[in-house]
Amino acid sequence: MTGVNPLALCVAAVLYSLPLLTSVDIVSAGAALGIWLVLFTALGITPATIVKRTWPLLLAAPLSGLSMLLYAEPGGTVHLTWWLVTVSDNSIELALAITVRVLAIGVPTLVALVGIDPTRLADALAQIARLPARFVLGALAAVRLAGVLAADHRSLAQARRARGLSDTRSPAGGLALAFALLVTAMRRGTMLATAMEARAFGSGERTWARESRLTRRDAVVVAAALGVALAAVGLALATGTFRLVGSGGGA
Amino acid sequence: MSAPGTSRPARIVASGWGWRHASRRHPAVAGLDLVIEPGERVLLLGPSGAGKSTLLAGLAGILGDTEDGVETGALTLDGVPAAHQRGRAGLVLQDPEANTILPVLGDDVAFGCENLAVPRDEIWRRVTRSLDAVGLRHPLDRPTAHLSGGERQRLAIAGVLAMSPGLLLLDEPTANLDHDGAAEVRRAVAQTSTTLVVVDHRVDEWLGLVDRVVVLEPAGGLIADGPPDAVFARAGSALEAAGVWVPGSRPHVPRTPPLPRPSSPDQPPPRSPVGPGPLSPASPSPADPPLLTAAGVAVGHGGSAVREDLDLEVRAGESLVVTGPNGVGKTTFAFALAGLTAPLAGEVRASAQLARGTRSPHPHRWRARQLLTRIGTVFQRPEHQFVTRSVREELAVGPRLVRAREQSALVDELLERLRLTHLAQAHPYTLSGGEQRRLSVATVLATAPRVLVLDEPTFGQDRTTWTELAGLVAAHVDAGGAAVSVTHDEDYVRVLGDRRFHLEAAPLESQSAAQEVRV
Amino acid sequence: MIAAVLGVVIGLLFTFWNFAGYAGFMALDALTPGFGGLVAGVWLLGGVLGGLIIRKPGAALFVELLAAVVSMLLGSQWAVETVYSGIAQGLGAELILLLGRYRRFGVGTAVLAGIGAALFAWTLELFLSGNIEMSTQFLVIYLVSLVVSGAVLAGLTGWALTRALARTGALDRFAAGREVRGLA
Ligand SMILES: Nc1ncnc2c1ncn2[C@@H]1O[C@H](COP(=O)(O)OP(=O)(O)OP(=O)(O)O)[C@@H](O)[C@H]1O
Ligand SMILES: Nc1ncnc2c1ncn2[C@@H]1O[C@H](COP(=O)(O)OP(=O)(O)OP(=O)(O)O)[C@@H](O)[C@H]1O
Ligand SMILES: [Mg+2]
Ligand SMILES: [Mg+2]
Repeated sequence: MTGVNPLALCVAAVLYSLPLLTSVDIVSAGAALGIWLVLFTALGITPATIVKRTWPLLLAAPLSGLSMLLYAEPGGTVHLTWWLVTVSDNSIELALAITVRVLAIGVPTLVALVGIDPTRLADALAQIARLPARFVLGALAAVRLAGVLAADHRSLAQARRARGLSDTRSPAGGLALAFALLVTAMRRGTMLATAMEARAFGSGERTWARESRLTRRDAVVVAAALGVALAAVGLALATGTFRLVGSGGGA
Repeated sequence: MSAPGTSRPARIVASGWGWRHASRRHPAVAGLDLVIEPGERVLLLGPSGAGKSTLLAGLAGILGDTEDGVETGALTLDGVPAAHQRGRAGLVLQDPEANTILPVLGDDVAFGCENLAVPRDEIWRRVTRSLDAVGLRHPLDRPTAHLSGGERQRLAIAGVLAMSPGLLLLDEPTANLDHDGAAEVRRAVAQTSTTLVVVDHRVDEWLGLVDRVVVLEPAGGLIADGPPDAVFARAGSALEAAGVWVPGSRPHVPRTPPLPRPSSPDQPPPRSPVGPGPLSPASPSPADPPLLTAAGVAVGHGGSAVREDLDLEVRAGESLVVTGPNGVGKTTFAFALAGLTAPLAGEVRASAQLARGTRSPHPHRWRARQLLTRIGTVFQRPEHQFVTRSVREELAVGPRLVRAREQSALVDELLERLRLTHLAQAHPYTLSGGEQRRLSVATVLATAPRVLVLDEPTFGQDRTTWTELAGLVAAHVDAGGAAVSVTHDEDYVRVLGDRRFHLEAAPLESQSAAQEVRV
Repeated sequence: MIAAVLGVVIGLLFTFWNFAGYAGFMALDALTPGFGGLVAGVWLLGGVLGGLIIRKPGAALFVELLAAVVSMLLGSQWAVETVYSGIAQGLGAELILLLGRYRRFGVGTAVLAGIGAALFAWTLELFLSGNIEMSTQFLVIYLVSLVVSGAVLAGLTGWALTRALARTGALDRFAAGREVRGLA
């Protein structure tokens, strides 16, 4: 995904996900997911990379389906009832559809967005989307703190040990440490604000050292994403399998 | 508003200026009358807590609004209130870590220029130029997190130089730097032609560079003001009495000489004690085994070693100093010695006497509470070790944990000795740099540990505090304790370097570079 | 600025909760209909905390949204949907604060903000997760547990955390901090 403006990736992700969210059916979701897997292979993104970036999703998707399977509004033949659990034709269909839909929306967006360079995203958000510099740069500087937090965690643990307070293995010690970390983060935030002001932040108009521009390539990415979604939904419509969210079950 | 080119040097006028922080009853600065002409280079001095950092923040326009404090009088740059002219002055904050803003080096330097609306091409020209000026020659996309303390200090200065401000404000820019680093920073500053106000306790080094010395009085106003020679000639002893460093004068701290030790073949014989010096039964004798022994120790971060094969003995009644350039691993080693981290290889072993009552001879296996009376650590960054909300509570933590008798009397005495009594209720984080340092040392002394490990105990200290701190360490050692101090401060080495452990900047392969030197 | 830091820190908390909390969520969800909502409150914390500490219009939304973005970029299992949730949950909390005209920041407001976030989250999930296809019993149970969780885990916890933070002096730059410390 290098060379593509991060903002274009975000827009693509939104434009892609919205049409798919209108429907719970296995055809649109399955088609979209299929197209992406083919595209990714063509782009040289290995299955290993995909799994690495999306593994929480791969675990979560079947679980969402399971919940649907057990508790969805019954419809069609009922196969099993037990307390509030009802497994019916409808819930089986929904469960499959939801599982695939979660994957269809999640896999491509995560593959595209995980590991985006926050600096480039901030550049784009401020220069192209024209979000206020204050928010964007504040967020960007704060993201750097996330990295520092690991080091802070270590030195806080050492400090508490040196001060005789806790061996941080105990749950109570762990909680105290977590809270101390939160306090440190807040303090760092205040310090950072001061440091930014000391470099004339917020004194008026500003320029950007790195230009963020949209190119034809970005347009292609956005169009492709939207295209895949529309094609998938179109296919579902054409085959009569499209099922608007909330249109009720009962085949 | 500010022209994108190089801006004119600014003129500073303070008339009856003062500032009181919202959480304090007394002003940090009061009734200040001062004029600094464009292009003047001023060394700003004053005892710890005199309000130096506050004045610099005021000049940079970042003290905040009425919610943050109360302003009196006027502080102007070129006739306009400083608070309305952010960017006219560029400030390097006292806390070196606070100065880094963005994730990568080039962006961080560019940040100030962007805020001043400098055109894009010009920004990158300035970035390269100012990085060159401070001698930082990393690629522009280097993550700022990977810089050592000294490099970070240079980065901060580069970021401010790139703004080409009309007024350059530096708050102790060399306090944490080794000798070469400090010299390089001063060289970079010497190349600028703007108005300059620098706060630094290392007076001697700046003398050739500044044309005026201004000394702040804690209660408000000035103790002295004028060309360096005149000021120090006229008011030298008064300044010394007020706690200000004066060129060439070496502080004196009384020591009982260290105990004689059996001499080993590769070391010169130890100094002989002056006079018999009564040895109480509890006093250590030279035959005692070392309190701590490091043997073949390797230390590092995240499993990768920074130093290997370090051997060291820490003896009762002896003050040891650890020296070496920025980033060689002094802090990392000190932490292993103090039982805060486990060595990657080799072992740190405590003597049976020191380890009595614990379950292991290895300090890193001790419980936190067992460390308190055995090894006390003063962190390089004082902020890191504060755990409560007020100075008084902070001092009480240790004594409470070890169930010391007369806790409040002990706390009172420490407050008094380190002149923190008036700040007893203040939040530790709001203290000035020097006050924080004193507090962090006091918290450790409060539990009377046998071994003290101090990481840069004297950086950024005024003369009074310096003498006080060195005196405390000396007394601790002379009473039979041991001290290991990491330091860049040659005065400290002179007074407390009974033995010196020098770490040389060396590639890992040739690690025999660590050597002991007798001072 | 604090808002941004808060957002990032909470984003990290979300990421942690995406694993720890989600395990609980799913265990509860698979065993019982809708009780998974009970652990969801932690994901609503951002809006409450942001609103209570910063006390400015938009703070709740900004913090919750940024937290969601951070957690997505770190690979949350809900991908872009995380961000949609963040917007809805932030708006929920924001709305309550707006109703209090950004003048009330007591424990009551905190709990209500937690509930507001829960209601918005529930509504969004009707469509986002296709929950609208669920049985009525499920939806009611889910709503109740989400509201309880929002009130306790987001509302009460958020309020308690704000006070605890204020007492450490870390919030002295904000009215929220000065009030507690008796400085204002
Ligand atoms: N943010 C703050 N809130 C409250 N009080 C403060 C704050 N910052 C500084 N002070 C107090 O104001 C006084 C002056 O502090 P300042 O930091 O200006 O001293 P300094 O001259 O720079 O001292 P040092 O040499 O120790 O750094 C001190 O008593 C300090 O405790
Ligand atoms: N948390 C960390 N993670 C990874 N590397 C680190 C960490 N802290 C320090 N380092 C690296 O380890 C090396 C030794 O650092 P250390 O802090 O021990 O140096 P030092 O001798 O104390 O320097 P200084 O005089 O600047 O304080 C440096 O190269 C530094 O960049
Ligand atoms: Mg200072
Ligand atoms: Mg160090």
